[in-house]
Amino acid sequence: MDFSSLYVKEGRAISKAKGSLLIAESIPGIKFNEMVDIQLGNGEVKSGQAIDISEEAAIIEVFGGVSEVDLIGSKIRCKGETLKLPVSIDISGRIFNGMGEPIDGGSRVIPEDYLDINGEPINPALRQPPAEFIETGISAIDGLNALVRGQKLPIFSGSGLPHNRIVAQIIRQATVKGKEERFALVFAAIGISYDDASFFMRNLERTGALERTVAFINTASDPVIERISTPKLALTAAEYLAWKQNMHVLVILTDMTNYCEALRELSSMREEIPSRRGYPGYMYTDLATMYERAGRILGKEGSVTIMPILTMPDDDITHPIPDLTGYITEGQIVLSRNLERKGVYPPIDVFLSLSRMMKEGIGPSKTREDHNNVFMQSYAAYAEGCYLREISTIIGAEALGERDKIYLTNADEFERKFISQGEWEKRTVEDTLDIAWELFSTLPEEDLKLIKEEFIKKYLPKYRK
Amino acid sequence: MGKIWRVSGPLVIADDMKGSQVYEVVEIGEEGLVGEIVGLEGNKAIIQAHEDTLGLKVGEVVRGTGRILSAELGPGLVGSIYDGLQKSLLTLGENIGPFIKRGAKASALPRDKKWQFTPKVKVGDAVSQGDIIGVVPETNLIEHRIMVPLGIKGTIKEIRQGDYTVEEPVTWIENGNEVKELTLMQEWPVRKPRPYKQRFDPSGLLTTGMRILDYMFPLALGGKASIPGGFGTGKTVALQQLARWAQTHLNIYVGCGERGNEMSDVLTSFRELKDPNTGILLQEKEIFIANTSNMPVVAREASIFVGITMAEYFRDMGYDILVVADSTSRWAEAMREMSGRLEEMPGEEGFPSYMGSRLSSFYERAGMVECLGNPERKGSVTVAGAVSPPGADFSEPVTQNTLRIIDALYALDVSLANKRHFPSINWLTSYSLYVDAVKDWWNEYDPGWEDTRASALRVLQQEAELEEIVRLVGPEALPEGDKLLLLTARMIREDFLQQSAYHEVDTYCMPAKAGLMLKTIMKFYELAQEMLNSGAGIESIRSSPMVYRISRMKDIPNEAFEQRVKELWSEMDQSLVTGKRVP
Ligand SMILES: Nc1ncnc2c1ncn2[C@@H]1O[C@H](COP(=O)(O)OP(=O)(O)O)[C@@H](O)[C@H]1O
Ligand SMILES: [Mg+2]
Repeated sequence: MDFSSLYVKEGRAISKAKGSLLIAESIPGIKFNEMVDIQLGNGEVKSGQAIDISEEAAIIEVFGGVSEVDLIGSKIRCKGETLKLPVSIDISGRIFNGMGEPIDGGSRVIPEDYLDINGEPINPALRQPPAEFIETGISAIDGLNALVRGQKLPIFSGSGLPHNRIVAQIIRQATVKGKEERFALVFAAIGISYDDASFFMRNLERTGALERTVAFINTASDPVIERISTPKLALTAAEYLAWKQNMHVLVILTDMTNYCEALRELSSMREEIPSRRGYPGYMYTDLATMYERAGRILGKEGSVTIMPILTMPDDDITHPIPDLTGYITEGQIVLSRNLERKGVYPPIDVFLSLSRMMKEGIGPSKTREDHNNVFMQSYAAYAEGCYLREISTIIGAEALGERDKIYLTNADEFERKFISQGEWEKRTVEDTLDIAWELFSTLPEEDLKLIKEEFIKKYLPKYRK
Repeated sequence: MGKIWRVSGPLVIADDMKGSQVYEVVEIGEEGLVGEIVGLEGNKAIIQAHEDTLGLKVGEVVRGTGRILSAELGPGLVGSIYDGLQKSLLTLGENIGPFIKRGAKASALPRDKKWQFTPKVKVGDAVSQGDIIGVVPETNLIEHRIMVPLGIKGTIKEIRQGDYTVEEPVTWIENGNEVKELTLMQEWPVRKPRPYKQRFDPSGLLTTGMRILDYMFPLALGGKASIPGGFGTGKTVALQQLARWAQTHLNIYVGCGERGNEMSDVLTSFRELKDPNTGILLQEKEIFIANTSNMPVVAREASIFVGITMAEYFRDMGYDILVVADSTSRWAEAMREMSGRLEEMPGEEGFPSYMGSRLSSFYERAGMVECLGNPERKGSVTVAGAVSPPGADFSEPVTQNTLRIIDALYALDVSLANKRHFPSINWLTSYSLYVDAVKDWWNEYDPGWEDTRASALRVLQQEAELEEIVRLVGPEALPEGDKLLLLTARMIREDFLQQSAYHEVDTYCMPAKAGLMLKTIMKFYELAQEMLNSGAGIESIRSSPMVYRISRMKDIPNEAFEQRVKELWSEMDQSLVTGKRVP
């Protein structure tokens, strides 16, 4: 970004430098949260932001830490602006770093506008409830945890679990029934390994999605502080494409755990009172301010759908990162190490997974009339089977009654036939529902009490011609 | 007029503020951001900004308004959608488009709309505070009763019938040689409870249409309840269901630091759904506050008080009001955020030590009262608040402080929610202290309620005890009687307690139907016990068509239920008795 023309004022004496903070003599006219440059004695320039201003002092947070800052030779220069992203339709197909600068060797974007990377809250009264079903071709998602346009649905994973492959499959397969529409992908790599980032980029290239993609890449070796701005830049680009260019935008943010770690680091350098496990008390609001940028708006064509990926430290879903995320997002797709060990791909734990927007997106004219009933009955049957599996580990499966044995087998079959599928297998939602019906046919018919009788007569294999 | 001295997030310190008072509303900077003074030190005022402070500069103006943070009260509230500071979100949308810009203003009550005012008192009548002087038909469901504001009394000098805006005078009250002009609108400081004549214990059932509440853990009019639960356990859906179906005059839905899509879902559904008893669109008995998680944090603190103030105002007209707040945890976090900035001594998990008293200053405004003024009338405010404990661990401070205040607990259970048992209210840990308060109501309606309720809860309790044995020896090794108990418990759980909010019929269950449903299951249990005693096997009971018929009771519409259940009972008498005869 080039702001040199915007430099307006220059502050003087720096009285203290510690961690990532500089305390400078009050800078007249500086704005709260304004971006600044710190010119070091050796000529190097660091960026920073004013996080506390008063008549007595200005506290500047220095991105990348205060190393090499000296109190005499360094100068603070204000940019007169909060952090902004230059945008135009030409951002499509481009790759940027965590400060929004192109890193693909291409030229600078000639901006149509500069957008504040924090965005503005959507007026909740002017939102349009998300209701368009996105068919991902994955049964465990489409059948039981359906994704809709404008939703924010994260993947909770663990290290070594195949979240990247699943997301790549979703990107490859996702379609919305109906008319041809303009859609775009925004991809933000946040502190992930170079290999993981290039896995995604290669995948996008192979499916031809690259030219419709805007990528923001901050790998593990890039500055930690830029992990804070990377997802915000991505969302700003997404909003521009959705609300100004009328596109349907899918935003992939990976790995949000790295974002949260960076936030914690920043907070401890600011010497703030930590909340649970050292994460700042405002992490909920901070994450919500980003995730709430998903949605649809009344009277506007486009949409922003967000799919963040995060790895649960220690596979612990009660850890503050997944916990706060779950409180914000509209559900979560949770991956299970247990299923992975059994060789189930995709290893989606359907009990812990949830899509809160599902009911809006399914049903007659959207997916199929029996979808909601099939969804509920599948859960009930699988839950019963898993409970019996747990009991039978102690008492042995032989000790179960006949009915219970049926449920036990059904749970195994459910994992083998319904949840499991090929990485390149794209199932229609009808296929998905029909697999569920096939599994129902092994259960006593009078147990299908969560399904309307007319649907049983219509879809249960034995009644079908 | 003062000027900005320091800005640090939502904390603003202004200098030259002599003469200000604590809790005074101020306008900060050129854009006039709304703030509230929370402390004074010499000439400096410590201000919490209710809007984003990004871009403010030291030295910008700070203007005192002389007002305490107040709510506008008058015709036009019902059906409105407000932010945490009672700005009309639809007006904001019309003025500035779909994104909320700071400093944008929008009054709570429409200024141009004319309301039809019909006086209820005459010239010469003596009136004083709380007296109803006239009415405005606000919606098809709500008659807005215009009351003499607090602190005013005298004789009516003039009163006008006709169509007026909220700012035009309609009544003149003379007291000595002073004449007060009244309009249809008044204001009230949101942090101050509105007074009443006398307070009563909560009583009478607040019908919710949710079986596990109405029948098992009833909420009384004027009561206070809490719904804690981990994410995805059903807090929001439960509160939405309450706001939809509660048989009150008016409901206030406060979305505090939660999701925007959820809010728009609620708003849309209330434009389409009808009240089951009156058939009138739900939005005609609802006020919404939508202060979503991405909107300024400090305004969350205000939103809850704005909500309860509007509730008290309608209570004072003689109505029963329900306030639901989703989520009080986000509200407490806003308090923590501000307290941290003020460098106050942190209490448990960083929450300020006054968090508990602030929570009770909200919940304590629930209650059933005799209202001020004439004619004599009673009104009530019932409150239900969601709590979002980190990691679903109820030992955390917000849950614990809330438990000290409330009298009905609906504890949501992650493992039930994972299995999609909804509402995921845990029947073993939830409680209601209003059982006595609603006894008369139920007994008039459904004699035997207490017994049926108690015996069903006992079955569930016994099931939980047996569960431990089942895990050791398996379900088949139990004696027949225990197997029957487990079957019955399962029927209570699945065919009675489980209730989908999305089922076209079952979303709202009339108390009469709820009672008959549970009685049917308990009757089945009794008959089946007799069968066992006379030698029938548990398998023949399990496979009885009655089990299936009972599992389909939910599908039967409320109105048809009494008739259909009678048929079911007589079939049950026959088939189970027949079953008894066949060894
Ligand atoms: N009473 C209910 N009936 C049917 N589904 C429910 C019910 N309560 C909750 N759910 C399901 O659980 C999901 C999460 O519920 P929600 O109220 O949003 O949870 P919370 O607010 O506790 O995070 C909903 O999207 C819905 O799918
Ligand atoms: Mg919720």
